[in-house]
Amino acid sequence: MSVATQTELPAGKAIKPKLGSDDWIMRGFIAMIAVYLVIALALPLYAMLSKSFATYHYDLTQFEFQVSDEAGKFSGEVIAAQALNEQTGAYGPDDLVAGSNGRLKVTAFFPKFSFRSPVRYKIRGSSSSAVYLIGSERQTGTNWVETDSNMFRRIVLRPIASTGFSNFRTYFSTPSLVRSINNSLLISTISTIITVTLAFGFAYALARSCMRFKGVFRLLAMAPILVPSLLPGIALVYLFGNQGMLKSVMMGESIYGPYGIVAGSVFFTFPHAMLIITTALAISDARLYEAAVTLRASAWKTFWTVTIPGARYGLISASFVVFNLVITDFGLPKVIGGQYNMLAVDIYKQVIGQQNFEMGAVVSVVLLIPAMFAFGIDRFIQRKQVALLSARSVVYEPKPDKRFDWLCFAYCSLIAIFIAGILIVCQYAALIKFWPYDLSLSLNNYAFDLMDGGGWAAYRNSIKLALLTALFGTIVVFTGAYMVEKTQGFKTGRTLFQFLAMLPMAIPGMVLGLAYIFFFNNPDNPLHTIYGTMAILVLCTVTHFYTVSHLTAATALKQMDNEFESVSASLKQPFYKLFVRVSVPVCLPAILDISIYLFVNAMTTVSAVVFLYSSGTALASVAVLNMDDAGDVAPAAAMGMMIFYTNVIARTIHALASKGLIRHTQAWRTR
Amino acid sequence: MSAVDIDVAADNAPAPGQTFLKIEDLWKAFGSFVALKDISLEVNKGEFVCFLGPSGCGKTTLLRAIAGLDIQSRGSVSQDGKDVSNLPPSERDFGIVFQSYALFPNLTIEKNIAFGLENTGVPKKEITARVDELLELVGLPDQGKKYPAQLSGGQQQRIALARAIASKPGLLLLDEPLSALDAKVRVSLRHEIKELQRKLGVTTIMVTHDQEEGLSMGDRIVVMNHGVIEQIGTPTEIYRDPSSLFVADFIGEMNQLDAKAPSKDTAMVGNTEFSCIQHDHSPDAPVIATIRPEDIVPHGTGARSPGAVDTITSEQNTIDVDIVDMEFLGSYWRAGLSGEALGNVRLVANFSINAIRRMELAVGQRLSIELAPNRLRVFPANSKAN
Ligand SMILES: Nc1ncnc2c1ncn2[C@@H]1O[C@H](COP(=O)(O)OP(=O)(O)OP(=O)(O)O)[C@@H](O)[C@H]1O
Ligand SMILES: [Mg+2]
Repeated sequence: MSVATQTELPAGKAIKPKLGSDDWIMRGFIAMIAVYLVIALALPLYAMLSKSFATYHYDLTQFEFQVSDEAGKFSGEVIAAQALNEQTGAYGPDDLVAGSNGRLKVTAFFPKFSFRSPVRYKIRGSSSSAVYLIGSERQTGTNWVETDSNMFRRIVLRPIASTGFSNFRTYFSTPSLVRSINNSLLISTISTIITVTLAFGFAYALARSCMRFKGVFRLLAMAPILVPSLLPGIALVYLFGNQGMLKSVMMGESIYGPYGIVAGSVFFTFPHAMLIITTALAISDARLYEAAVTLRASAWKTFWTVTIPGARYGLISASFVVFNLVITDFGLPKVIGGQYNMLAVDIYKQVIGQQNFEMGAVVSVVLLIPAMFAFGIDRFIQRKQVALLSARSVVYEPKPDKRFDWLCFAYCSLIAIFIAGILIVCQYAALIKFWPYDLSLSLNNYAFDLMDGGGWAAYRNSIKLALLTALFGTIVVFTGAYMVEKTQGFKTGRTLFQFLAMLPMAIPGMVLGLAYIFFFNNPDNPLHTIYGTMAILVLCTVTHFYTVSHLTAATALKQMDNEFESVSASLKQPFYKLFVRVSVPVCLPAILDISIYLFVNAMTTVSAVVFLYSSGTALASVAVLNMDDAGDVAPAAAMGMMIFYTNVIARTIHALASKGLIRHTQAWRTR
Repeated sequence: MSAVDIDVAADNAPAPGQTFLKIEDLWKAFGSFVALKDISLEVNKGEFVCFLGPSGCGKTTLLRAIAGLDIQSRGSVSQDGKDVSNLPPSERDFGIVFQSYALFPNLTIEKNIAFGLENTGVPKKEITARVDELLELVGLPDQGKKYPAQLSGGQQQRIALARAIASKPGLLLLDEPLSALDAKVRVSLRHEIKELQRKLGVTTIMVTHDQEEGLSMGDRIVVMNHGVIEQIGTPTEIYRDPSSLFVADFIGEMNQLDAKAPSKDTAMVGNTEFSCIQHDHSPDAPVIATIRPEDIVPHGTGARSPGAVDTITSEQNTIDVDIVDMEFLGSYWRAGLSGEALGNVRLVANFSINAIRRMELAVGQRLSIELAPNRLRVFPANSKAN
């Protein structure tokens, strides 16, 4: 019985499985999609990170000069720029810190310099890494270059790059920038508390009461998902702005700033929180309630001892999701934030306003930290909730209770009025000729072609982007998820892939967009050609919304019997036959869900694409932002509502199509 | 001869002794956990072999290694004289049926069965004919147009079987094919599968943890425990001559008595020395003496008085015991026995209805029993923990 107790393999070579053609094809696919994620995610992020640590300064020890006499004869000594600078004090230490585009004039080293003088100059690098420009011509190397004084005027030194924390030091010593950290954390926390509380009440009413119109409430609560996050900002301006309909409610406070951001954030994060909490409430066990009733526990006590603990993972998860949405959102604070700075807006201002890319990268890194943190906790909690789900069983059936049902109805109506109100105000604003002076209705604000922002072409581009994103995104995501879930072996590859697929959720859109600039707008990058095209917008949007799509696909695939692949292989059929004939049809509902998710988000997204669109690829959501920025607020509202209606139509088509397709191709589901 | 002639397989009827599948020194590890240890096994052509063992002993792992679905860490597998050790499943020759059936839910029964016949160069008409033939074979001739969810569990399992044998594989692998079914269906399907296998003559390996299923279906049984093979043999060999205490205990029922082994053919239980099957334990080592309940022969209440009709074959192995309890189990009685000769440990015996009636046995009665010497077997005591 000695073998029985042996706990290790005998020495010897491991068996090297021969890979079948299926294995090769599958590995090929995994590799392809992994390469996609590396190019669309990992490399841009790396480019951004290195940018945030990239600092530039002029290294004067790298350059040497020699000056001739009036006759043009070089007999004087060779002097390093460093020494010249010490003699003349031409540049102070601050002057020697540069940006990536910095240029330093050399004539300042020579106080007696005159471009008319017959004196000639020689310049060389003292090391091969020295770079300077003569005019626009780039020079390197240690050979002397001789010029006349007129030409010498046009010589500038280029800085050298090094890595260091100095960008961060600058950031943290700039009070106006650091204040944004506090602002962002504060606003996100307040919005989270309000949204989660309201959403909990709403979800609770839906799950535990017998009130009427539950379907309508559910539908209305989901509406904010269909509009860009900056749309509530516009409505709030119309309601509470300087010429707002309800300005008096503000009692002298300004809606521009924290109040506006919080109110808008509650609007656009509400559906996300409600969905998560509804799921959590749906899985809590009815038996516990029955037990509480038999124990004659008061309703209040039952609530605190049964309901809240049962839904706690949902509440925590919803909190982190909302927190993440608010802190990474850019559109809303841009529209209604006024002078109140938030991190995401800082990135935009640094990059678009000041062209300070390094500082944009630094703010991105700062924003990544809370976002990553919130994401990590959310993942951790969701894993726990899944475990809870399988252990529970009995579904709670509410019983009618007149007073409670009316209370719930009243509460849900208030929320519904808030959500519908925002949308109605936007639509109203879009149809008014000139608020508040000419209240007659007109379609003037729909003449987008007369305004800056891209016009109707932008709307068409958005639809194009949404369709392309839905098409390619669904293909890439589903194929990728299939490869990860259903292949054997190749473990490292799959683990890496899994990690890459989860990463986009933690990357704020602004950060992704900026990372794309750094990566794709680099002339040395062979992929540079897609910069400024629709392709980069599709790439960026698919990547931005990759994680949720991937999880949807993975969940559907997990529910499929793992032995399908084994059976198919034993029948000597290639895996792609199984994929096309079985896996895709069985997962069709999930596939449709992924495509509509991608479509809707591509229509509404602003944050990533705001850095990447070009004049030919302006988008509707960005147009809303730009028109609002230019003071064309009513057209902005009109465009925002166009996005809303488009998404409503898309979702309706999706619902009908799923129903039809399921009836047509999934006859097997019904017995 | 057409490609879809079902009688082809029958031509390959068991040529006894001809090795079809050979597994040598096979090991399998998952990370640091070793699930299979030094497995060697030969399966003959046309044979029906059952892997039998408790949950987690590595049966499925071994089956998957044979199929190439989870290739072993060490050792070799060869099938039909060809080394297939490192081949992917698609390059091996087998059909497989899983506990979950794994029928494709969105394809009709016909399409499920035809799945492995497509793209093999077989004309469509022949595929249809073959599918009909297979449906006939598994007794579901007119269900072809239905979807799997519209069939009962037992019917689905038959379809899975039909799909697995559709392309006439040389080897049929069944992983607990019956365990998801209810007891009655299970018993009837047992016979059907066995019948089908005999008809087709296909070499078959079935995994089960149900000993009754294993014993009734397998030509030979491979008893496994903790990743090792404990014993290989025909059902009767395994039952009659278990090679280890684990097998003795796992298959059927077994009385286990703490004992000593004073000599090479005796066992001392309590203060009585019984003769038993030859063994080679040292006299002072603790051993376990085992005997099956049906191997305890009753000799009536007055067996040892002169004139008794019964013949006692071995005087030494005959002792007096009291009947402590009795239980009627339909075709026989089970009696709990106890006696000073055994140091008052409880012994379970199965007595035929006839014997009970003839000897007028009842609880509380004293009775002579004989522990058949060629059925009393000793095992080392420390193997009990296994
Ligand atoms: N993929 C795997 N990774 C790690 N351990 C595994 C894996 N597959 C099986 N094992 C372990 O190997 C051992 C044998 O598993 P196996 O599935 O072969 O058991 P089994 O005999 O078929 O049991 P059962 O009757 O429950 O099906 C178990 O301890 C199991 O936990
Ligand atoms: Mg098993």
